[in-house]
Amino acid sequence: MIRVVLPYHLRNLARVDGEVQLEVASPATIGSVLDALEGSYPALRGTIRDHATQKRRPFVRFFACKEDLSHDPPESRLPDEVASGAEPFLIIGAMAGG
Amino acid sequence: MSKVRVLVGTKKGAFILTADGKRQKWKVSGPHFAGWEMYHLKGSPVDPDRIYASQTSGWFGQVIQRSNDGGKTWVTPDGAPAPVPGEFPKGESNKFVYAGKVGTHKWYDGTQHPWEFKRIWHLEPSLTDPDTVYAGAEDAAIFKTVDGGKTWQELPGLRNAKGNLWQPGAGGMAVHTILLDPKNANRIYIAISAAGAFRTDNGGKTWKPINRGLKSQYELPDPDAEVGHCVHRIALHPSRPDVLFMQKHWDVMRTNSAGEQWTDVGGNLPSDFGFPIEVHAHEPETVFVVPIKSDSEHFPPEGKLRVYRSRTGGNEWKALTKGLPQKDCYVNVLRDAMAVDSLDECGVYFGTTGGQVYASADSGDTWNPIVRDLPAVYSVEVQTLR
Repeated sequence: MIRVVLPYHLRNLARVDGEVQLEVASPATIGSVLDALEGSYPALRGTIRDHATQKRRPFVRFFACKEDLSHDPPESRLPDEVASGAEPFLIIGAMAGG
Repeated sequence: MSKVRVLVGTKKGAFILTADGKRQKWKVSGPHFAGWEMYHLKGSPVDPDRIYASQTSGWFGQVIQRSNDGGKTWVTPDGAPAPVPGEFPKGESNKFVYAGKVGTHKWYDGTQHPWEFKRIWHLEPSLTDPDTVYAGAEDAAIFKTVDGGKTWQELPGLRNAKGNLWQPGAGGMAVHTILLDPKNANRIYIAISAAGAFRTDNGGKTWKPINRGLKSQYELPDPDAEVGHCVHRIALHPSRPDVLFMQKHWDVMRTNSAGEQWTDVGGNLPSDFGFPIEVHAHEPETVFVVPIKSDSEHFPPEGKLRVYRSRTGGNEWKALTKGLPQKDCYVNVLRDAMAVDSLDECGVYFGTTGGQVYASADSGDTWNPIVRDLPAVYSVEVQTLR
């Protein structure tokens, strides 16, 4: 079970409180977690990754185990602590203006 | 008893203001979608409880919301998980992808630049079908849904109307106005900042620029330039859809020929720069504008917030000031932030970048603020409910 923490606005859009828990086939990667997240919450499609290019939106960042994973390719395996559910995968709205 | 429902899009959420036909006591609902930029909300003319909203964010992109109960509750139209386990849901109600080869338009340095979708500025529900809506996009394009917002397809013929020559202005390059001809289902007018006005006569397959008579002498030295004009807004009266009024970057214009030829009707306005323009619900020759001092100073001349009304289809304008601040007022009124209701005594509404929404229940003679302290108002639409 993968734990995902969404930023405030995406929790509202997905209509969830707190963390999201997802079943993801092993080995879990950034891409497979995002696929599972969008599969369970289709309203999030396009809000984290661009609809057309599937690239991370510029002001969305990924963190886990105190590491910035934002620039890692989608096929990157997530740390064992995230895959086991001990640590969450964090999706963050960057601090940028507004 | 008639009611009015005012749909207000702001920089940090949407608000719904309601009153009875007297339009004196208002109830404010919101913020809906708090913290998001709400570019536009508009209800279906055939099902007023069906409302579409454009929700956008610099972080999370474009979201389309739909209400089926007059704005009490909202859904993303294609937001339900896949009904079959293991099947990947489409989730396409937020998906705006340009059709075919993306193509390029003119960039600030004169080079060509690829189209990049940014957001939806304007939603225009069909006059006959609550599931059909047109959406005006930045970068400039028009999209259409026929399934209540679940999926959107571009009408790419618009970008074939010399799109390679369109160039963004300081506010971007967006389809910000969509007018559906109530007498001809195949005719649609749209307007794009820094590109101009365009018309289709075949339901959106092909489009032509309709900018003859517009003058932009510094930006476009060629007096016959077909595109490149900074049109801020166009408006029509449904009884006479061949007559259009335009607030251009500079100049207030009129056409009697569905855009084939425009003439200047700015007349005695203190400034012919501005953003919104609206036509009275019952008087096709009565037009409202809000003059703004200049493109360098986006606030009213002399710090006086004045709506100007012409009852002669332009040229002769009268300042409407009663109830509006006449000193130290430095707000702007954006292009989609003015609307009229269709009660017997026409109501006029506009919102400001200072967060006020003003209403007049007597065709503009007197004004009152409905609310004063909202976030900056991007758009105002009115529904007359009977």
